[in-house]
Amino acid sequence: MTHALTEPVERATGEQPLLEVSGLKMHFPIKGAGILQRTVAHVKAVDGISFTLERGQSLGLVGESGCGKSTTGRLISRLYEATEGSINFEGQDITKLSRKDLMPIRREIQMIFQDPYSSLNPRHTVGTIVGTPLVTHNVVPKGKVLARVQELLEFVGLNPEHYNRYPSEFSGGQRQRIGIARALALQPKLLVADEPVSALDVSIQAQVVNLLQEVQKEFGVAFLFIAHDLSIVRYFCPEIAVMYLGRIVEIADRETLYEHPHHPYTQALLSAAPDVKQAVTGERRERIMLTGDVPSPINPPSGCSFRTRCRLAQEICAKVEPPLLQIGPRHKVACHFPGELGKAPEKPVTSRLLGVDDHGAPDPGATPVELPTGPSFGETWFDLENRTIHIA
Amino acid sequence: MSTAPFTPAPAGTSPAAPLLEISHLSVRFPTADGLVNAVTDLSYTVKAGQTLGIVGESGSGKSVSSMAVLGLHDRARTHMEGSIKLNGREILNADEHDMRRIRGREIAMIFQDALTALHPFYTIGDQISEAYRFHHNVSKQVARKRAVEMLDRVGIPQPDRRVDDYPHQFSGGMRQRAMIAMALVNDPTLLIADEPTTALDVTVQAQILDLLADLQREFGSAIILITHDLGVIAEVADDVLVMYGGRAVERGPAHEILSHPSMPYTWGLLSSIPDIDGDVDIPLVPIPGTPPSLLNPPSGCPFHPRCTYKDLVADDLCSTVLPDLLPARTPDHLRRCHIQNPDAIYNRLTELREAHQ
Repeated sequence: MTHALTEPVERATGEQPLLEVSGLKMHFPIKGAGILQRTVAHVKAVDGISFTLERGQSLGLVGESGCGKSTTGRLISRLYEATEGSINFEGQDITKLSRKDLMPIRREIQMIFQDPYSSLNPRHTVGTIVGTPLVTHNVVPKGKVLARVQELLEFVGLNPEHYNRYPSEFSGGQRQRIGIARALALQPKLLVADEPVSALDVSIQAQVVNLLQEVQKEFGVAFLFIAHDLSIVRYFCPEIAVMYLGRIVEIADRETLYEHPHHPYTQALLSAAPDVKQAVTGERRERIMLTGDVPSPINPPSGCSFRTRCRLAQEICAKVEPPLLQIGPRHKVACHFPGELGKAPEKPVTSRLLGVDDHGAPDPGATPVELPTGPSFGETWFDLENRTIHIA
Repeated sequence: MSTAPFTPAPAGTSPAAPLLEISHLSVRFPTADGLVNAVTDLSYTVKAGQTLGIVGESGSGKSVSSMAVLGLHDRARTHMEGSIKLNGREILNADEHDMRRIRGREIAMIFQDALTALHPFYTIGDQISEAYRFHHNVSKQVARKRAVEMLDRVGIPQPDRRVDDYPHQFSGGMRQRAMIAMALVNDPTLLIADEPTTALDVTVQAQILDLLADLQREFGSAIILITHDLGVIAEVADDVLVMYGGRAVERGPAHEILSHPSMPYTWGLLSSIPDIDGDVDIPLVPIPGTPPSLLNPPSGCPFHPRCTYKDLVADDLCSTVLPDLLPARTPDHLRRCHIQNPDAIYNRLTELREAHQ
């Protein structure tokens, strides 16, 4: 392993993670047509997600359009105000901070956007675009802004002499580099990268991914890497969360997630991703076809939100929402029937833990078990094989 | 089905005869900045029932060349040379009247963005019926029935109800299906799909690609699939054409090209994308630089300014002489490159990448 930066960092006990998100919800109100503009419903874009991100680490968020991955990114950069839940950044809850109190946090959390065309002001020069954060946050004396801008441009692989050019004079890949230079200007501790390469040509994508890795190595920045391209996410992030309809359905280290996915949705997603090597060598995994479309987040299905498209779904799935259960040292899954492809259990593994019978009806005889539900990975987890709590 | 006045030439005079044969096609657009050489000297063939995948970056000419097949360019502002033969019949300079008979009937197109390709004011059913009635002299009721049939065939649930929906009432995947239904309503012999799944999620993409393959088996259409996604090409294409700077740089059977790519641009494309089960410690090797300007294309090989192997060729040949498209390992595997021993270099390259751990 040459890439030390992608290795999980052993954290001394007691030290807090850089970012700890718990029970985060974003419900966008839908206003009625009348004069009163009453709220008639809510789009549950993000519906209770929890995770942690360590310093200098990368967490990937994958999922299909409308699963809430971009909303999550925008909540963490505080572009939206969360409906519920908390975002602890270095131990401080930033969900309810005022504009003024947010100023120092904004320096620490920066964002890289998907579209390199609409995310740069066409009427500003590159020097202004990259220099504005420096001036706003007063981090460099006025006379030194240009020198710092040139330094940043050079780091991201652009000609520092081009600071007085406009975005229209650059190609898509170069513009994305400008966006990266702007995000780096304040030396943030966390970069939220929302589909940073998906608008670029294939040959340029690798250039930008390599640059982002260099950024991480050089500055020790943590990344929340949001993308729909499963191969790129796997390449960049040692830990990955899969989202479906506003919830995390599975989160694990990359080896576990890609080689032993336990959620039927993760399995379907992985089997659908086209891959050159697999197609050429013929070692293609069996493709699992999902039928139908993603349900509306305005009125998501009861119980498990994936049940309407799931081949394993039973009665319990409609009645009880499966908890995000830790089933390995760094593996959590939200499913009543978790298991590797073709090895799903016949009876729900969660019923006894939740105090219900196998059909999801309340079972007076069962005693619900206190499950570790924190946003991070715990020392104890549920052993699927023996159906007991395993203590590390 | 022979109601169209422009009847197709008798197909299948010889079974191996290509359905579409493009030779030495050049497309140029005069602009205020000069002449844009969008496509230069491009030749390829597509056989019935087969899928040709065209890969290339933005500006490589992959879309322009297929628009030329459909005669969609403004003739007054486009210089076109060469020949485009459909079933042995020259259509490059066919007049607009003839082209309208061919378009939609013999050659249909699926676009990337179904939301802009469908008209927002008309129902899905009206749009499919119109495409059918343009080429078939039938009543509105019959055309509507046909539209419902097609929607059912592409997997739209409750087609008799959804036929009266407007495009905005469909989800992204369903709109793409509706557009495929519209393209296939006249049983075209050639389907051009320009990035048909790029705007879709992977699970929906898999559904659409499967649907296209099913329909191809059923109707025996030929498909030209334009995409930048090599993974998609690897899964569905029989043949591959790699384009760069408006020219074909490598062409041949898909399996052969992807397992033994033999020119640096194709190597670059393959090493810029990570494998879904590859070693994450193998670094991605991007292609340096940016695609060339088509206003004044580079001299010699169009790829030489970005090529990291040009030093292997003596006398600076790459920047002065355009290499021909010549057979490589097998007679049907063509490549445009001066490098002498591409296989040895590619094997060495793969070894080096894998040894980097």
